[in-house]
Amino acid sequence: MSQEDMDMDIRVEDPEQTETPELQEKPVSTLRLVATLTIAGALAGLLLVMVNQHTKPLIDAYKAEQLKIAVYEVLPGTERYSTYYLVDEALSISLPEGAKESEYKRIYVGFDTSDQIVGVAISRGESGYQDIVQVMFGLDPSNGQLKGMKVLESKETPGLGDKIFKEKWFVDQFFANPDTPLIAVKPGAGKGQPGEIDTITGATISSKVVIDIINHGLEEWQPIIERGIPEESSP
Amino acid sequence: MRKTTPSHDFIRGIWKENPVLIQMLGLCPALAVTNTVKNALAMSAATFFVICCSSVLISTCKNFIPKEVRISSYILVIATFVTLADMLLQAYAPVQHKALGAFIALIVVNCMILGRQEAFSSKNNVFRSLLDAIGTGIGFTIALVMMGGFREILGVGTFFDIPLFGPNFEPWVIMVLPAGGFLTLGFILLAMGYLEQRKKAKSERATEVSS
Repeated sequence: MSQEDMDMDIRVEDPEQTETPELQEKPVSTLRLVATLTIAGALAGLLLVMVNQHTKPLIDAYKAEQLKIAVYEVLPGTERYSTYYLVDEALSISLPEGAKESEYKRIYVGFDTSDQIVGVAISRGESGYQDIVQVMFGLDPSNGQLKGMKVLESKETPGLGDKIFKEKWFVDQFFANPDTPLIAVKPGAGKGQPGEIDTITGATISSKVVIDIINHGLEEWQPIIERGIPEESSP
Repeated sequence: MRKTTPSHDFIRGIWKENPVLIQMLGLCPALAVTNTVKNALAMSAATFFVICCSSVLISTCKNFIPKEVRISSYILVIATFVTLADMLLQAYAPVQHKALGAFIALIVVNCMILGRQEAFSSKNNVFRSLLDAIGTGIGFTIALVMMGGFREILGVGTFFDIPLFGPNFEPWVIMVLPAGGFLTLGFILLAMGYLEQRKKAKSERATEVSS
């Protein structure tokens, strides 16, 4: 190894200051400081707005697509769905004039080919073992049975908690039209009551979170849904 | 002080002064999002974009930025590019964006990027700043992919989603959890230190013999 190479090894910070001489100690006016940052900020803002205008439609389209997939999955047999908002404690297809869409709670009502209601899809999140678990589930409002369940978001422990969406037998229980409210039981310890869901060994907390989310979601929404789902204004 | 060549600017960041493995900068993303190779690559790509754009812009504008507000200007520039990277990733690679989560926004405070601006781009011309940024970015990528590969192979049994072992492989789950990140980084740094020590001993012996 040459002496030159060894020199480089020792030095980590770059000592180069050859091209610009040290700035002269001349006081810079406050105006210039403010102007520099203002101009830089304005340019940055402009650039961000331009890129945002380009990417926002793509992002929104992706979100809508993901939502559609989830609703179709938890309500098997759905051909199309409509979003209903909770306006003044009642379901409504339209929002009050000038209201912000994102501020309203909502559910999704799925319809089959003959425009009959298949069920209601509800999305809800609660804290799991690691982070918030976001679940969407489908409810048949006519008999209170569950139609399906999909974990939308979860950071549960890989190999243990993530079985809530990786273990097929666990997920399938929610598609077998169980009665509600759900009851969490240890595998094999069920007494054959309606609404029993076997938890996953080693992931009891995560599986109970899913069941809790659904039960709490039902507590919140069932009274509202029972007041009736308004007809869509037929086109 | 001795002047370095442009090729040295480029090479330096890749191995000899690797930002993560030697300078110990940017450890937060190196620990947090390297549970799979894919995530490591997405993080590296975003960081690479940010460091290259920031270095070019800052070395272009270095004469207009008063010394008193240089750090705030650098942060502003870096934050702008990070937000751009965030929006572009969300639009074109939504799955990776979801996996990286808040760590995209945290590229702003990756001291590796700010460090290169303060130590290099603010004193050198555009071309050499770009070379330096590319070198540093590649060095960061190498370190992250190394960690991601290590953790994914042991923790999931796959490399780039390709299964490597038979169905009887029992994944070592802790490697994809945060603790695995610390373990992996520790072992890699240990190996780096060992290599460094061996190299030093070798060159010392060489000088002894020649003298």
